[in-house]
Amino acid sequence: MSAPAGTQDEPRTDRIQAATALRRKDLLGIAELTTEEIALVLDTAEAMKEVGERPIKKVPALRGKTVVNLFFEPSTRTRTSFEIAEKRLSADTLNIAVGTSSVVKGETLADTALNLEAMRPDMIVLRHSSSGACHLLSRICRSAIINAGDGMHEHPTQALLDAFTIREHKKRLAGLKVAIVGDLQHSRVLRSNIHLLTKMGSDVWVCGPPTLIPADIGRFGVRATSAVDDAVTGADVIMLLRIQLERMEGAYFPSLREYFNVFGMTEARLRRAKPDVIIMHPGPMNRGVEIASEVADGPYSVILEQVANGVAVRMAVLYLLAGGTEHEAAA
Amino acid sequence: MKRLLKGGRVVDPAGGIDGVRDVLVEDDRIAAVGRDLPVAGARVVEIPAGLVVCPGFIDMHVHLREPGQEHKETVATGTAAAVAGGFTAVACMPNTSPVNDNANVTAYILSRAAEASLARVYPIGAVSRGSKGELLADIAELRQAGCVAITDDGRPVATALLLRRALEYAGMFGIPVIDHCEDPSLEGDAVAHEGYQAAALGLRGMPGAGEALGVERGILLSELTGSDFHVAHMSARASLRSVRRGKEAGVHVTCEVAPHHFTLTDEALASPVPYDTNTKMNPPLREAADRDAMLSGIADGSIDAIATDHAPHHYDEKNVEFDRAPFGIVGLETAVPLSLDRLVHAGLIGLPRLVELLSVNPARILRVPGGTLAPGAPADITILAPDRTVRIEAAALRSRSKNTPFDGWELRGGVAATIVGGRILYVNAAVEALKDMR
Ligand SMILES: [Zn+2]
Repeated sequence: MSAPAGTQDEPRTDRIQAATALRRKDLLGIAELTTEEIALVLDTAEAMKEVGERPIKKVPALRGKTVVNLFFEPSTRTRTSFEIAEKRLSADTLNIAVGTSSVVKGETLADTALNLEAMRPDMIVLRHSSSGACHLLSRICRSAIINAGDGMHEHPTQALLDAFTIREHKKRLAGLKVAIVGDLQHSRVLRSNIHLLTKMGSDVWVCGPPTLIPADIGRFGVRATSAVDDAVTGADVIMLLRIQLERMEGAYFPSLREYFNVFGMTEARLRRAKPDVIIMHPGPMNRGVEIASEVADGPYSVILEQVANGVAVRMAVLYLLAGGTEHEAAA
Repeated sequence: MKRLLKGGRVVDPAGGIDGVRDVLVEDDRIAAVGRDLPVAGARVVEIPAGLVVCPGFIDMHVHLREPGQEHKETVATGTAAAVAGGFTAVACMPNTSPVNDNANVTAYILSRAAEASLARVYPIGAVSRGSKGELLADIAELRQAGCVAITDDGRPVATALLLRRALEYAGMFGIPVIDHCEDPSLEGDAVAHEGYQAAALGLRGMPGAGEALGVERGILLSELTGSDFHVAHMSARASLRSVRRGKEAGVHVTCEVAPHHFTLTDEALASPVPYDTNTKMNPPLREAADRDAMLSGIADGSIDAIATDHAPHHYDEKNVEFDRAPFGIVGLETAVPLSLDRLVHAGLIGLPRLVELLSVNPARILRVPGGTLAPGAPADITILAPDRTVRIEAAALRSRSKNTPFDGWELRGGVAATIVGGRILYVNAAVEALKDMR
């Protein structure tokens, strides 16, 4: 299934040759990945990104493989990103969303998993509102499980695409000051990013109201503050996290207006950062809450690049977990 | 009928005994404890050196699940687990279906216990009707039917006012009010101890302060009413601090701790099996400082009792997402090995103190017979094999449910035999010397 040698559309096999596979069944979180594995995914994603820039954006790496996207929470963005990635790798994909499956009839996650497993998919991409749902699935299923976000635990492909985007701009991760501002308590994006960035040697600052900072955050190897100006000063990267509107009801902060006044990322605050700072947001954004529109749409924003890079990173993850080898990728 | 337990180390703190003695059992009572008791007319059971004869252990916090949740446990299976775990008596919590808030339910539980005829069963009645936290249950009627305490366990007594009334009212009968101490307004829908592990696993956390608020409330109201207040399954170091201060001030407060709270920490939620629902209980496994505080309270006497909070749940109920799983683990068959290994062999306490925690004090707090080998006392006897290595196997548990985080653990110390009312109800098949005992 090799393409003719030397076509300009060929992925950069020099990178992929080093990239054999992730020697693990699942991608449940960043916490258990080594720095080598993270680098492997990011390097592989570079080759995959080139596939996305071809006129024919498809390689046969996962031909004949079945990938199930099992989404218990609505997430158009993540699901479509995975689906495009799977299709570009020629996988057969099946989308199961809550509301269209028997889950609503009270079937347990374990039973859903066993039923799916009986159909022998190669991979299951799971999004679920319960932390650890992927671990439960992993214990039940022989299929590879990819965590597409579990509760407040992890969202590993988001952190990988964030790191990929940072690396594209800064050529490195080590030594960068990364400020992450927002709802730290409830964010799986935060947890995955903290694990990834601290492993790769970034100087990670996290910032939010004390009511939304998890217990013992210092043990994650980050600096926590509620002084947003301190977090932002000298930052190479500022990452904003979504503030869920219902948090007001939990008395985490008095009002969205007050949140924006104290923590919202405005052009004025941005001036304390490095001149070449990049602004990131995992989406979906609340304009005028965690981020001012001028910043979201301004020159420092790489938010849409994150979305584009999501496909390449997810292709890399799917490919590497499938045990891909160099000749298969270089279609 | 007379039976002479000959030799063996007898540990009976109530009688000030710790040494090699014979124990003479006549029918269902202890007849004598002494050196070289006459053998004539008695069936002799030679107790080999190394085994320890104690007053029967009493687990004052057990969920037997009957009536209503017989798929988890029944009085029969629960009391079978009890005697296999070295317990001659258990006190069972009222959060059954229906709730044990009236004499009919109490009588039903006692009739099931009589049919099973294994460990003694002391029902604990509800504080409020249906444990709903509104109206008081028929406490006089519950007492008369055989309840030895009242509690709304499973949840805290709903309000300070209701707890005050319950303490005042229960004081009339001289029975303690047991509270599952927690401030629900602080804890919300939390599923784990608030700390690093919950943060890393993305689980909603409950701080130790929530439990301590409940403990403090009970101590203040016990002081106000002069009634006996007992803290169920204490787990937080702040709670222990409150109990110590309460005791110093002369308040009638007692407390129990469960084996999982003096052996495990919240690290068990992450490994060896991440999100293992058999590490989910309420109160939750807390951090090392809390676990260490429980150990210090056991060592210095501020903790009165070890109780298991035996909470059987069916496999299907636990085989779900962590935040959807019910709280609790089984404990009757693991408590003694865990206590011997982690408390006695670890050098923290001696056997007499262990017997206080598992027998003397539960009997005293609930004012039930037992806790002593004095002549005339019921012949409820637990025989320990403190040096035997025990391997916990979930599948082999007698309890109907197997939800334990200790599966596969090897521990030093086990139960050799359990005698209830002079009847030998359990003999550990591995203890060769006792194999003809029955
Ligand atoms: Zn309780």
